[in-house]
Amino acid sequence: MNLTIAANINSFLAALVLLTAFGMLVQRRMYGLIHLFAWQGLFLSVSTAIVGFVAGKHHLYISSLLTLSLKVVLLPYILHVLIYRLRIQKEVDTVVNVPLTMLIGIALVIFSYHLTAPVRELSTLVTRSTLAVALATVMIGLLMMITRRHAVTQIIGFLAMENGLFFAATSATYGMPLVVELGVALDILIAAFIFGIFFFHIHTTFDSLDVEKMARLKESD
Amino acid sequence: MMPTPIETASAGVLGLLFIVVLAGIFHRNQRLLLPVCFSLASAASLLTAVAGGWAVGQGLTEQVVMLIGLPDLPFHLRLDPLSGFFLTVIGLLAFFVSVYSIGYVKGFLGKRSVTSLVIFYCLFLAGMFMVVLSDDALIFLISWEVMAAASYFLVVFEDEQVENRRAAFLYMVVAHVGAIAILLSFGVLAGLATGFGSFSGYTFDAMRSARFPVEWATAAFLLSFFGFAAKAGVVPLHVWLPEAHPVAPSNISALMSGVMLKTAIYGIIRITFDLIRFFPWWWGAIVLILGLVSAVMGVLYALMQHDLKRLLAYHSVENIGIILIGIGLAMIFTAFKLPLLAALALTAGIYHTLNHAMFKGLLFMGAGAVLHATHERNMEEMGGLIHLMPWTAVLFLVGCISISALPPFNGFVSEWLTFQAFLLSPSLPSPLLKLLIPMGAALLALTGALAAACFVKAFGVTFLGHWRGHHTPHVREAGWMMRLGMGMAALTCLLLGIFPTLVIGWMDTVSEQLVGTGLGTSAGTLGWMWLTPVAYERASYSGPIVFFGILSVVVAAYLLLHVRPGAIHRVPIWDCGFQKINQRMQYNATSFSMPIRRIFGFLFHVREQVRLSPQTPHPAFPRRIHYYLRVRDRFWGWLYRPVIEASFWISRKVGRLQQGRIQAYLIYSFITIIILLVFVR
Amino acid sequence: MNIYPLLIEMVQVLILLSVAPAFVGWVRVLKCWSQGRSSAGIFQPYRDLSKLFSKDVVLAENASWIFRFTPYLVFGTAVLAGGIIPILSTDLPLAATADIIVLVALFAIARFFTALAGMDIGTAFGGMGSSREMTIASLAEPAMLMAIFTMSLASRSTSLSQMAQAVLSGQPVLRPSVAFALLAFILIALAETGRIPVDNPATHLELTMIHEAMILEYSGRHLALIEWASMMKLFLFSALGIAAFAPWGISQSDDLLPVFAAFLFMAVKLGVAGVCLVLIETGLAKMRLFRLTEFLGSAFLLATLGMLSYFILE
Repeated sequence: MNLTIAANINSFLAALVLLTAFGMLVQRRMYGLIHLFAWQGLFLSVSTAIVGFVAGKHHLYISSLLTLSLKVVLLPYILHVLIYRLRIQKEVDTVVNVPLTMLIGIALVIFSYHLTAPVRELSTLVTRSTLAVALATVMIGLLMMITRRHAVTQIIGFLAMENGLFFAATSATYGMPLVVELGVALDILIAAFIFGIFFFHIHTTFDSLDVEKMARLKESD
Repeated sequence: MMPTPIETASAGVLGLLFIVVLAGIFHRNQRLLLPVCFSLASAASLLTAVAGGWAVGQGLTEQVVMLIGLPDLPFHLRLDPLSGFFLTVIGLLAFFVSVYSIGYVKGFLGKRSVTSLVIFYCLFLAGMFMVVLSDDALIFLISWEVMAAASYFLVVFEDEQVENRRAAFLYMVVAHVGAIAILLSFGVLAGLATGFGSFSGYTFDAMRSARFPVEWATAAFLLSFFGFAAKAGVVPLHVWLPEAHPVAPSNISALMSGVMLKTAIYGIIRITFDLIRFFPWWWGAIVLILGLVSAVMGVLYALMQHDLKRLLAYHSVENIGIILIGIGLAMIFTAFKLPLLAALALTAGIYHTLNHAMFKGLLFMGAGAVLHATHERNMEEMGGLIHLMPWTAVLFLVGCISISALPPFNGFVSEWLTFQAFLLSPSLPSPLLKLLIPMGAALLALTGALAAACFVKAFGVTFLGHWRGHHTPHVREAGWMMRLGMGMAALTCLLLGIFPTLVIGWMDTVSEQLVGTGLGTSAGTLGWMWLTPVAYERASYSGPIVFFGILSVVVAAYLLLHVRPGAIHRVPIWDCGFQKINQRMQYNATSFSMPIRRIFGFLFHVREQVRLSPQTPHPAFPRRIHYYLRVRDRFWGWLYRPVIEASFWISRKVGRLQQGRIQAYLIYSFITIIILLVFVR
Repeated sequence: MNIYPLLIEMVQVLILLSVAPAFVGWVRVLKCWSQGRSSAGIFQPYRDLSKLFSKDVVLAENASWIFRFTPYLVFGTAVLAGGIIPILSTDLPLAATADIIVLVALFAIARFFTALAGMDIGTAFGGMGSSREMTIASLAEPAMLMAIFTMSLASRSTSLSQMAQAVLSGQPVLRPSVAFALLAFILIALAETGRIPVDNPATHLELTMIHEAMILEYSGRHLALIEWASMMKLFLFSALGIAAFAPWGISQSDDLLPVFAAFLFMAVKLGVAGVCLVLIETGLAKMRLFRLTEFLGSAFLLATLGMLSYFILE
């Protein structure tokens, strides 16, 4: 596989990652959201494997496998179970209407392209052009957390953000050292479990996972 | 000896001033006054248009120093391709409207004296011509004021209605705030051109040869852009426009919307491309962004209207926006030293200027004909006029198709050129602009499509269906002169749409003068039939083939299908077998725009109420439903109310100075003199 | 003067006129199969058309000339568009008449008049259809333009023949921008041709129809022309998509053999397009009118992402 074809495939995967990020932003169904998240993980892991192959960094295969097992299989499964057990409503509530969210998302992509322009000038890696996409994915994840009402969707937004960071790491520097990646992966997993436990508690306390209800926790009115 | 173009143009202006005198003489005989004065005015306008077209075609530049003026400050006139182009635009529409007016103003005879209308009409035209011809700041501002004052008196022509007087007052205020800004801008430029000690910087020649420091140039540009934008009705300075244009007599509305706004466009082009010449790209970005906002907001507001003339007035806001998009793009391309693209964008902008003058003039004349016949401006009370006024309907339809940017009429050509300019923006060196400018193209596409929706509504509700009003109409077709004026404008719309290559070849000198290169050679690569703005591989459009192609298929299909003498049975309306259909079940203007109001409602201040009548026994079977809808401009509350309140507040404070006692006033004068003596010495 | 291009031009228009009903018939047959019904055969649209052509016209009393003129105009624009889009060959004498923006505008003028015709009789349904149609069109337009923008970035042209040639002569590369533009184009084409989920061509349920509501009062040869034109429109949008995104097989010369091969390729590609259309139409339900902002918003989003990814990733 020569370098340009690999770069070509990699940018195609980057485009798909961006597409799934936007898909999550506009998706109205909870299960659809989780599936999109799983797809994003899949594209990420394939992209990581390709970068690993091109750069000859074999530890990237391990991160790729880790991504595959964690973000494509395990976390979506956990979220599925969570939604099933808690009998969460299947429609996603949005704070801002969907077309407006899309426009903000597009603005964020342009902004991150502008932001990463200096890095693109300096870098010599084949993957440098995907950095803007990675940054945009992080921002869109955050946007999703802001515009959604439900705790589960906020978790997915958080995980999507982490996907973006991971993607940024592979595209900017051919990945972080393996130890760091393992640590991050473990963190994510534990975070997911903690979130799960919290959800049960929130659910029993408020009888809902609507984060706006938590406003009641503030001390003074 | 052959007269030169500038002499011809001056003769036209003098002719108009002569008509002013003539109107005074004929004051006693109103029936004779009308045809004489308006036919003379049409001849004078046509003469000026010819002079302008001549200057553009030959690429001539002529200057004249007049003997009149202030002491030591003579007036300068100049006719170059840019002013020639605008002379043609103004003169051509003025010609059509003058012909139309012969028939239209007859409607006022016997009700009121039309002498003042004729006098101010001619002064208004003369003022516009002089704005375009003037070559120094002084005569420019004088002509600008003549134009503004004359149009003010034309707006209040029917002054017995409070609404008209209020609209005219608002217009006057905005026009003057704008004029002050233009005056200040010229002050800055004149001062910098030759130093603040000398007065000779007031000529445009002095400004042209000066080189301005960028911060002062920016100040001058922003001031003049503010002033011209107020005149042109750019959002958010547009509020006067939908108030003032509808209340004027329709021939005046046609001129105001069609060409008076264009003098502001002329001013913007003159100041940036000709006088300042070197500017940073973000000036263009300001113009582009305001143009986009005006285009989208203008058309959305227009969709919410049910007053035919108000709807058209809001469309002027939209079209000024489209023109500014072209000019803004041209400024950006010029700043990045891409002359060919700048020429394309500029050509698109000024082509749209010409087109808008023609179709908007036509539409206002058509609205005037409808108004004349039905005495009704509210579309909710109209319908089915196509059967009663077939000529007006066809001509109005031509205007609707043109303004909706549909081929093969003229509005489409200029919007298409603007799209081509947008599509070439990837050759800009700045990566951020490359990503942002295409969004503008999308907004322009939205504008075009919404305009089409709006004119389906305007034409459909006014001319199609059944009569919606309460009283039975006594509608008669418009008179021959009115039809002639509208017909010529409609024909021009079609010709400008079918032969764009020839028109662009004619007006190429304008872009050569302003950005250094023209489109003439590249636009006609494949011959006059095809318009190829930059290169024929890139994009091409053939107006004649589209027009005659569709026409021939339509005729062929018609003839083929009429070989069999197919009977056409006229029957009552079917409507899915529904029996008791009446005219109140039709869609009207409000219901037509309901989906769009719902989708874009967040941009307006919408109040909607549905109330059932109190004696309703069950909500499912109401006796009577009251529906109340009010859509308002948000800008009024955001921008104007604070200003109005602040000025009232200041007036109240200042009002305290007014004591009513003569001693107090003497003290004020005395203190003023003392202060002056202390400081000036 | 070479006579061949003119000949191909005429052949192409004839193919448009004759194959368009068969394409619609094919889509209907597939739909019947996918829903477990027995179909009326691929040639049913021809029988419908000939029946309509032989019937008399029943016209409302107050119909104006606009109502009678519209069918001819709609038909005329469709035929003209068929002469411009490269269906068999990129070397067409009419190809320079219009680029893709003009093509879209040609369909727009047909829509403008159809909407006027809907309001002409003065029924509630007609006005409703016109209002909805124009709303949907105005939302689809920005997305369409953005898709055109993205397509023109790679080929540096908006002329369809040039676009097709650029793809045919270029290296086959995986372009994310083109993929995005294709997705956006499919969504827009569904909206423009009035297919599910935007409009349902088969419905006559009063409150859900859009295009059908506008043409409710038509009959006889007028209706036949409009129906035929809307079949051609579906065919043309497929051909447009094929020319812009998958032009392989379209002849670049005037020789007889490549043109004949191009015809076979066209048949195969249209067959596949029909399958895709049926998959979309059976997989989705018709949307509520105000949900369409999201549908067309997604089309705009995809087209914009295509444009962005061209600059960012390519």
